[in-house]
Amino acid sequence: MYLRKKMCSVNDVIIMKQFSKIFFCTSLFVFSFSFAVNAQDMTALVQKVKAKLDLVNDYVADGKMKTDVAFIKAPVGKIKLYFKKPNLIKIKRDNGISVLPKGGISVNMSSVIASKDYVALLSGDAVIDGIKTKIVKLLPMNENSEIILTTLYIDEPNLLIKKAVTTTKENGTYEMEFFYGQFANYGLPDKVIFAFNTKDYKMPKGITLEFDDDGKPSEKDKLKNKKGKVEITYSSYIINKGIDNNIFK
Amino acid sequence: MWTLLQIELYKIFRRPRTYIAFVAITALITIVQLGLKVDGKEYAAFVMADLSNTLQIDGKIVNGYFVCYVLLQLLLVHVPLLIALIAADMISGEANMGTLRLMLTKPIGRTQFILAKFFAACIYTILLLIWLAILALFVSMLIFGTDDMFVLKNNYAVQIESADIFWRYAGAFCFACLAMITVAALGFFLSQFAENSIGPIVATMSVIIFFTILSTMSIPIFNLIKPYLFTTHMVAWKEFFDVKVNADNETIRGTIQRPDKLINSSLILLAHIVLFVGASIYVFKKKDVLS
Repeated sequence: MYLRKKMCSVNDVIIMKQFSKIFFCTSLFVFSFSFAVNAQDMTALVQKVKAKLDLVNDYVADGKMKTDVAFIKAPVGKIKLYFKKPNLIKIKRDNGISVLPKGGISVNMSSVIASKDYVALLSGDAVIDGIKTKIVKLLPMNENSEIILTTLYIDEPNLLIKKAVTTTKENGTYEMEFFYGQFANYGLPDKVIFAFNTKDYKMPKGITLEFDDDGKPSEKDKLKNKKGKVEITYSSYIINKGIDNNIFK
Repeated sequence: MWTLLQIELYKIFRRPRTYIAFVAITALITIVQLGLKVDGKEYAAFVMADLSNTLQIDGKIVNGYFVCYVLLQLLLVHVPLLIALIAADMISGEANMGTLRLMLTKPIGRTQFILAKFFAACIYTILLLIWLAILALFVSMLIFGTDDMFVLKNNYAVQIESADIFWRYAGAFCFACLAMITVAALGFFLSQFAENSIGPIVATMSVIIFFTILSTMSIPIFNLIKPYLFTTHMVAWKEFFDVKVNADNETIRGTIQRPDKLINSSLILLAHIVLFVGASIYVFKKKDVLS
């Protein structure tokens, strides 16, 4: 009787162990599958956004650019932005000098997702300006890519990128916020805010030939702000009318 | 007085020495303009290197306004030496030639006589600066064109719109006139105490060099005396090229960051001119003219 009971309990343990193994493997499979499905879904979403942006082959946009960098005093200037697929971008200031973040990170999302060599992973949801967005992480497949990671906040129903955070190897992290209006159908924003990290600025007195301290104390404190911002507000777009390549030289 | 002034001007512009300054300025400006025309991009890349760490600056950085600013920075340190050549010779030159006593035999007051000489030195100084402005600003504008201007300060950079620059140069040249007339007044004052030109010219140059060194050294003990040295205030023309910003860090067109500093420096320079000319009149009136 005792032996029979003992045999039963040993069988139970074996069955339980086998069940656990099967359960673990199944869970792993289901989890991996769902993960793969998610990644695939986000690639599809990114491709849909790209397809929308691909409606625009080129454009010329008029706008105003405001540069807000702690160590630069700059005026608001009228600009013309030229874009041509896949990633040609030129900003020209009307009768003036334009100051942009270094690194050639474009203010247009087309070039960010122009490449197909990335993995798109869902990272959650977020609400931006009252609109629910999907957070999608784009990981480049190419190890030599300048971009390490791009996080997109995508308004899924309208297929619009509301925000993008790009981390690069050489030029730090850039944050772009997009505000859409009448050109939302083309995925083109009315306003872009471009935030970026700045490095220290200090000129030797031998070059500036200024030997007294410049700036009041409050201004010096302001100079410690290491975040720069460029804000472009577009007033009009001329879309798909063709642009000469010489403009981008 | 007008006749006296005309005579003094005639004497100044008859001497070949007067034109040394004009030739020197022309040569210096031409060389700098030529250098910047050939290698301007490299120079701009060098001075903008620190900004280029973070930012990409597109546009015609080396333009006429920028070149003029570079030239003024370089030359307004040396122009005083050229002014001293004439101003410090005004009285001592006459004494050296033995014409001072002769001139004072005429029925002219000593104050009138000395003021005519000083005004003649001022006119020479102003003409030199006008020549400097023509070459440094107008010729540079012709050669390099115009655009926004980038002014590099120790802790920040200022971008000034091209439409907002010209009046700043007009103001800067007017201020430079005041600064250079201060130098002329110093040279003029020192020229009373010698009977040859070399002494006052070298003395004026020495004072300027000595004070400039004190003004530029960032040593705490010198900081106490810096506000009282006229050389400290001579470079305040640069204030015209600093602009106020609003709460959004946008430059406000037509503003100067520190107008108080500009006014203060102008008043100090003006006080120096009054002091040197007043002292010159006082000394000359008491002087026993033997030469």
